[in-house]
Amino acid sequence: MSSTTKASRIGEELWKTRVDKVNAELVTLTYGTIVAQLCQDYDGNYQEVNKQLEKMGYNIGMRLIEDFLAKSNVGRCANFRETADMISKVGFRIFLNIAPTVTNWTSDNNQFSLVFDENPLADFVELPDDGRAQDELWFSNILCGVLRGALEMVQMQIEAHFVSDVLRGDDTTEMRVSLVRYIEDEMPPEEE
Amino acid sequence: MSYYFTILSPTDVPLFNIAFGTSKSGGDGIARFRFPDTAQYMNQFIIHSSLDMVEEAQWMNGNMYLKHIDTYPPASAYISAFLTPSGARFLLLHQPPHAAGPNANAGGSGGGGGGGIGGGSSILGGSFAAGSSAARASASSIAANPTSPQTEEAVRQFMAEVYENYVKTVMNPFYRQGMEIRSAVFRSRVTAAGRKWL
Repeated sequence: MSSTTKASRIGEELWKTRVDKVNAELVTLTYGTIVAQLCQDYDGNYQEVNKQLEKMGYNIGMRLIEDFLAKSNVGRCANFRETADMISKVGFRIFLNIAPTVTNWTSDNNQFSLVFDENPLADFVELPDDGRAQDELWFSNILCGVLRGALEMVQMQIEAHFVSDVLRGDDTTEMRVSLVRYIEDEMPPEEE
Repeated sequence: MSYYFTILSPTDVPLFNIAFGTSKSGGDGIARFRFPDTAQYMNQFIIHSSLDMVEEAQWMNGNMYLKHIDTYPPASAYISAFLTPSGARFLLLHQPPHAAGPNANAGGSGGGGGGGIGGGSSILGGSFAAGSSAARASASSIAANPTSPQTEEAVRQFMAEVYENYVKTVMNPFYRQGMEIRSAVFRSRVTAAGRKWL
């Protein structure tokens, strides 16, 4: 429990001192426009939109981890539980000023859920009522990619996906994160 | 009192409309217009005919709420308007219950000249009314006094609440400017605002 409170203290502190703030509507509308444009470009193929969002997030995450570590100056996490607290209490706090609840751990400590009480990306959003978006589109899927990209750079291969979203009429917005493996240092492929 | 509310884009394209009745003084929230069900287009006809008045009034002062701007005496329909800065028009047609009795008529004429004419013609209007909403509303309620300050205030509150929700709706990234508002959430919020204020 203490690591959780420590993490939230770090997060709060960083949010107050080290983070440049931008207008929330700017973020919301920019992200919303991207998603809406993707939906249009892929002609309502929401599976493909989810995939593209995840890929975008992955590319963001790979750089964002660098920024995250530079700002927070935290060391390596001892275990996956600590990682989860870092993600929720520090990572989400400094980049989105939210702290999703970490919950639903599996007994082997390799899987958890992030429950989002609020989601700045999805303010104002109502999914298109074409009868499919409600079942197929994960509006905030970019976040899954961000986590995957960021953790991959610190030797963790994970898999993240949304399991529910208030935009679809669910009670909560929940993301499931599972650790696939720790990436061991590998020798680069033989060069000549 | 029955209401017909509509939102028009700056180029006069109807974006949204809804008909509802009063929920004050024991009203059940169901619209009972004086036109037979087959002639509901009369509401749209009357409300759109007030656009000239809106355009005249919109430059008179800087207010977004233009208050009661037009009356159509033959149906005793009163129209209030609200302008958004981007030029969308919110128009609310309200029609007092035709069988509200002499009290309502007296109240109406007390409110202004238009009310007197409206009150007189409501007897005429009653001849082709379907169903009766009876004298449900008392003379002091906003339902019976379409031009009273209380009514203006209630309509203003209603417009302000709808405007707030309208802004949220147009901020939805999946909403394209000038598109019909199909959001069920918006519709329910307008209904709720109507129930709360009118």
